[in-house]
Amino acid sequence: MKPATIRFDDSTVRYPDSDRDAVGGVSFEVGGGELVVLLGPSGCGKSTLLRTVNRLVPLRCGRVLVDGVDVAQLDPVELRRGIGYVIQAIGLFANMTVAANVGVVPSLLGWSPGEITARVDELLRLVDLDPTEYRTRRPSALSGGEAQRIGVARAIAARPRALLMDEPFGAVDVVVRTALQRELVRIVAELRTTTLFVTHDVDEAFRLADRIVVMRDGRVEQAGEPFELFERPATPYVRELVHAGDDVYRRYFARGRELVRAR
Amino acid sequence: MSYLVSHPGRVAALAGGHLELVAVALAVALIFALPLGIVAARRPRLAPWVLGTLGAVYTIPSLALLAVLVQLFGLGFTPILVALAVYAQFMLARNVVAGIAGVDPAQVDAAHGLGMSPAQVLLRVEFPQALPVLIGGMRVAVIAMIAIATLGGYVGGVGLGVLIFNGLTLHQPQMIVAGSAVACALAVALDAALRLAERLVR
Repeated sequence: MKPATIRFDDSTVRYPDSDRDAVGGVSFEVGGGELVVLLGPSGCGKSTLLRTVNRLVPLRCGRVLVDGVDVAQLDPVELRRGIGYVIQAIGLFANMTVAANVGVVPSLLGWSPGEITARVDELLRLVDLDPTEYRTRRPSALSGGEAQRIGVARAIAARPRALLMDEPFGAVDVVVRTALQRELVRIVAELRTTTLFVTHDVDEAFRLADRIVVMRDGRVEQAGEPFELFERPATPYVRELVHAGDDVYRRYFARGRELVRAR
Repeated sequence: MSYLVSHPGRVAALAGGHLELVAVALAVALIFALPLGIVAARRPRLAPWVLGTLGAVYTIPSLALLAVLVQLFGLGFTPILVALAVYAQFMLARNVVAGIAGVDPAQVDAAHGLGMSPAQVLLRVEFPQALPVLIGGMRVAVIAMIAIATLGGYVGGVGLGVLIFNGLTLHQPQMIVAGSAVACALAVALDAALRLAERLVR
């Protein structure tokens, strides 16, 4: 499917038993095929904002537009089937095999069994898992890294127009996390799916993002390309967060920028 | 046991009636307990009230409940059937709630997020995983129901209770022993069968 654009327009969320906004009037746009990282500390509203896109969280006011259409006007079930969703706890269905997990959205969309089987094998290969070995496994027989690969495969199975990822690699160890990040960069580059990615890990944000949106206390602190945040942090908080004042980081960044220019 | 040996046909027929009574009562009980349990599981504030009420009903002495039900329905199959279905509510509904509440919230979040309708989340993710817990509740319920169903001999002339009550009036201890022993055997056999089912759906 053609990659979607996602636009937040004064998006505001308040949870029922709270007296302050979890997300307060956020506006920015994610272009088609872009990977935007929402970066901020826990409780800053980044996951909440992410979950307004597929209407798991309702807006108090403002709008979220996917391809120019206000999601509030769409059937939530229909909307969600067109948008991939990956969460930190993965949530593979324990009562289904790996194949059934990966094929769940295609099956909801009424694909034929033959199409689903072929797509499942294709996806397992895409995430570097041998289909003959993994197809019939139960989620309980997977390592954390394998499980999250399946989680990613499940999210992109029906060729969604956008992908929402909520700290997907937060629960795996560093080595596996790096491998998964590298794979995600490859997959997203291959699919050109618009991706909104939530993390509190600055390194992860810099590794993955086309653009980073820094959030704090439910508001956007600064939005820009990684280099931009580093070179022109808009607030002391961003400056601190991206280590913009740190000499070692400055040296690495200068070198990195030269490499990018040289390409 | 001499009665069992001398009247195997009669004992088998009553055992069959006993099983039929418990099976029908279990089916009727599930028709009520499933939706009740699902509603309670969806509304955590409501759950203690629903289960508390059913728990209170469960503590009513079975003879007292039957006396009321006989007033309502007359003698026969119906009062004992209703009594069994009512008693089973607590154990069944409680385990439906526990089974659904026990499903990993991340799986439910993922199910919604991937575009399952609320009914699909229930039928494809929550219910299959709650089923072993529900069958566990059925095991406990069935054992209690087989015991209580012996009162069917008193109010309805059905089931193994017929032997027990006739034995009491006729002073024939071997009839009482035969009825009780077969009821116990039924309970043990059904428990084993459900335990197997519980393992198969896990």
